[in-house]
Amino acid sequence: MRNQPLIIADRTFESRLFLGTGKFGNLLEMTDSIIASGSEMVTMALKRIDSQSSEDDLLNALKPTKSHLLPNTSGARTAKEAVLAAQLAREALETNWIKLEIHPDPKYLLPDPIETLYATEELAKLGFIVMPYIHADPVLCKRLEDAGTAVVMPLGAPIGTNKGLRTVDFLEIIISQSNVPVVVDAGIGAPSDAAKAMEMGADAVLVNTAIAVAGNPVEMARAFKKGVIAGRRAFEAGLGAIGNHAKASSPLTSFLFD
Amino acid sequence: MKSFKDFFEKYQWDEIKAKLEKVTLSDVENSLQKKNKTIEDFLNFLSPVAAQKLELMAKMTQQLTQKRFGKTIQLYAPLYLSNECQNICTYCGFSLDNAIRRKTLTDTELMIEATVLKSMGVNHVLLVSGEANKTVGIDYFLNAVRLLKPYFANISIEVQPLSEEEYQQLHNAGVNAVLVYQETYHQEVYKEYHPKGKKSNFNFRLETPDRIGQAGIHKMGLGILLGLEDWRVDSFFNALHIDYLQKQYWKSRYSVSFPRLRPAEGIIEPNFIMSDRDLLQLICAYRIWNEDLEISVSTRENETFRNNIISLGATAMSAASKTNPGGYAVDKASLEQFETSDERSMEEIKNIIKKAGYDPVMKDWDAVYNGF
Repeated sequence: MRNQPLIIADRTFESRLFLGTGKFGNLLEMTDSIIASGSEMVTMALKRIDSQSSEDDLLNALKPTKSHLLPNTSGARTAKEAVLAAQLAREALETNWIKLEIHPDPKYLLPDPIETLYATEELAKLGFIVMPYIHADPVLCKRLEDAGTAVVMPLGAPIGTNKGLRTVDFLEIIISQSNVPVVVDAGIGAPSDAAKAMEMGADAVLVNTAIAVAGNPVEMARAFKKGVIAGRRAFEAGLGAIGNHAKASSPLTSFLFD
Repeated sequence: MKSFKDFFEKYQWDEIKAKLEKVTLSDVENSLQKKNKTIEDFLNFLSPVAAQKLELMAKMTQQLTQKRFGKTIQLYAPLYLSNECQNICTYCGFSLDNAIRRKTLTDTELMIEATVLKSMGVNHVLLVSGEANKTVGIDYFLNAVRLLKPYFANISIEVQPLSEEEYQQLHNAGVNAVLVYQETYHQEVYKEYHPKGKKSNFNFRLETPDRIGQAGIHKMGLGILLGLEDWRVDSFFNALHIDYLQKQYWKSRYSVSFPRLRPAEGIIEPNFIMSDRDLLQLICAYRIWNEDLEISVSTRENETFRNNIISLGATAMSAASKTNPGGYAVDKASLEQFETSDERSMEEIKNIIKKAGYDPVMKDWDAVYNGF
């Protein structure tokens, strides 16, 4: 049995695991990890790409992965900067897909919801496929839908912390009422966190630190691949309800109907 | 304007010194285990007794740095604009009382130096000068930034303290980071090291990072000159300064460096000798206290120390540095600020970083994010 594919805009993804390309100790390890993860979409910071040089190391290293490249606006502090960065990325990478990251706070890299909403409106009008990184805020998700976002990417925990799904109650609400795919981004620290997100009905997860900084990134990428597949399969199979009420095998009250 | 000065004045040098001596091993252990670490914990990590926990501190430092910054080292190089200086600083080669020919790069020379740096692969550059406000003031810097912007993705600047308006102008021109070091927070002896020139004004320098923050500069770098006064006490004040700034100017990034006094033309001997072991303890103290602080290690440090610090807290390193204006091409023999210790080429440093299992990053910024 195969998991149902995920469709975002005009693309179909067999894998529901997206990867970040930062923090790897070397580019070969990054390439091998992406391949091992089976991921079909990876994100890279526009600021890391040297568009002046004809041979950018990072882009060269990503070629063998055959992954769809998703540039991000990491570094932007305002909607205006993010829109400019998206336009630059479109030119440099010939893609209208953009992962929107606007964090004016460099300490926790928390996203600015107001600037993100403005930038999504603007970018959607300009024809971009917008994937905004946001707080797990159900109302903001609905506002982004209205603004024309392609997906929503709520965080599970502060980025880079490996803390897992700390926002679980809000993720559940977001998933239950979303009309666009929900990609849980940031904070996923272990394959079990990724599986949990998928079991809850998230459409995909994005992982970076937990793989890049693992003792063996390639093996960790494999483990995440399996975690995501298992979680999604469980979701599609239909998980049993969780409850504390005892279910006696012979009904205790059946005598009433005899 | 509220500034760090009001905060700073609540602390006494001698009290901090006494406090450091009284720290016990169990204080250090408790601090290491705490989830959210405060400036008091930093003081414990700095203490003489904490040296006994250095191995554990090094392990924590490696883990925390990898988690936040990954296995990467940002590479940069300095570009000295001028060695003209109106200050007398007893530890600096550019000191006014050094009767040596001075040099300020012309437009053409700037571009020649930039071309050489660019050919070495440098994409993040640090512009440095002495303090000569009439000839090398804000207009000179703005012109230099305008000329150099096409060459580099990221421009930092380490020059004399400027006004908030001037920092605003630099920000609008595309300067990403401003570095300004207090040298020492020991107010009573500050004047002895800086007997003449604008730099002798302790408070004007102390309040400079506030002006940088007010102007909205993306990143600021702080530090002290290690070797002048007791590094433990001075580092406590430096961290106190960063702690204050980080809360006040929350949109800025912060970087710290650890320049140890190096030989230079006509300068004093270090007052305090700081060993490699001490320096590692200091770096670990900063990292364990503050996970997102950028830590920069320059070519002042020796090869062995630099090889090992790659995986122990550093996030940025300079390489193949020349500390004299024109040092890369146009006037190789001009007066240098100090002698570098690690003279290896950019390629050699990149290979050393790779060998350590880290990725040498040449570009991690884009001009698109500047000036709004």
